[in-house]
Amino acid sequence: MIHTFKMFDKYIVLDVNSGCVHEVDKLCYDVINFLNVKGLDPEDAAARFKAIGEFRREYDADDVSEAVDDIAELKKNDMLWAEDDFEYNKELKRNAPVKAMCLHISHDCNLRCKYCFADEGQYHTGCRELMSAETGKRAMDYLVRNSGKRRNLEVDFFGGEPLMNFDAVKEIVEYAHELEKQHDKVFRFTITTNGILLDDDKLDYINRNMSNIVLSIDGRKEVNDRVRCRADGTGCYDKIVPIFQKTAESRNQDNYYVRGTFTRYNLDFANDVLHLADLGFKQISVEPVVCGEETDYSLREEDLPRIFDEYETLVREYVRRKKEGSGFNFFHFMVDLDEGPCIIKRLSGCGCGCEYVAVAPNGDVYPCHQFVGTEEYKMGSLYDDGELDRDLRNKFADCNIYSKPDCKECFAKFFCSGGCVANACLINGSMNKPHKLSCEMMRKRVECSLYAKAALAE
Amino acid sequence: MKRIKTLNSASLKKSACKGGCGECQTSCQSACKTSCTVANQKCENDER
Repeated sequence: MIHTFKMFDKYIVLDVNSGCVHEVDKLCYDVINFLNVKGLDPEDAAARFKAIGEFRREYDADDVSEAVDDIAELKKNDMLWAEDDFEYNKELKRNAPVKAMCLHISHDCNLRCKYCFADEGQYHTGCRELMSAETGKRAMDYLVRNSGKRRNLEVDFFGGEPLMNFDAVKEIVEYAHELEKQHDKVFRFTITTNGILLDDDKLDYINRNMSNIVLSIDGRKEVNDRVRCRADGTGCYDKIVPIFQKTAESRNQDNYYVRGTFTRYNLDFANDVLHLADLGFKQISVEPVVCGEETDYSLREEDLPRIFDEYETLVREYVRRKKEGSGFNFFHFMVDLDEGPCIIKRLSGCGCGCEYVAVAPNGDVYPCHQFVGTEEYKMGSLYDDGELDRDLRNKFADCNIYSKPDCKECFAKFFCSGGCVANACLINGSMNKPHKLSCEMMRKRVECSLYAKAALAE
Repeated sequence: MKRIKTLNSASLKKSACKGGCGECQTSCQSACKTSCTVANQKCENDER
């Protein structure tokens, strides 16, 4: 299976199953597409003659023949039309240990962001609640107990706004450090914050103890403040920008992300990414809002052409700045073609519901943060016997690109691993039915990231 | 190959041999939380 596309001046061929990316000239691009559509094997003599005949008015026969030789060579070396022989790995998630946890330390928030999937911190539970340190410690015990031989364990302090419960955060972190020594584990902590309460003391503690910090900001002031506002309606941009700039510098512009959401209100979101870059941030992620189509900020299918143009605008500037020496990292363009994750990880991605779980303030366990508060996906409680619903866990463990019909013919499947399971469940009602709009945007981002690789390899 | 510039090796097949250790970061934990990109995650298997 191959995928070919042209972006700006580049003709690019992705061999889906080997992961090889080739930049080719126009002639070669045409020949590869011809062979692919006709189902011809470049190693067969007949394919060569047919290709020469097909392009006799456009290209010299010797040039076409030479291209066919090169294409045949790549195919012979499993770098074009390689077979997909990975399906035998699809059951590896069964009985996988738990290695990552999203800890909902605060179901309360000091902002009232209009698009908040977390229901402004309440997660559709109707109450604002903080996690006790005791529940957090119980969660750490659970993680260690269920992590098997995995050494690296991850905990993300999430909300609501985690800094509203920072004393508990610290107590849990200190407790986890004790567990590290006792059990030869390494905890990696992340905290996701809107920045309102991020003072020097908290920042110092976070920098000493957490491997990553995610800073929520959407971009330009008018864009950010339209949706990210306080209870009194005032925006938070002026308050958080200097705090975030200081945070990024204090971490040497590494091991953090400024993370934004774009909606139908700012389909020109490339300007927001670039605005964040202009503010001096080097690690940026701006992502599409995820929700049904019923709100006025929801992204719709009709917006896709505009969104695709915007990703192209962004990648062109991304490359230009990189080449100029003033580049920044954009999360979704940072595809590692050589040292990236193994194919086994790529079959099912985040591992939610088996390797990765979320814990609500009251100790209830869900497959991931997006499921929290949805009763049918509750997997158990840290205050019961700690055993997760076996049937539900197995359903998540068995969810992979081979269980999703839409992934079968998709060229991006080894880049997104079948997409966000929560989106599929909560929007489409089935974990095996990926959210179409998200898939379309993912495919475009993959193309842009491969273009960037080619352009930066010059 | 004057008409083809290959940007990387056929890494996916090779990765199947020693892959699956699970020590790498959970993709959703790093930044996204809503939209998956897995291919930007770093492999942490020293033996690979």
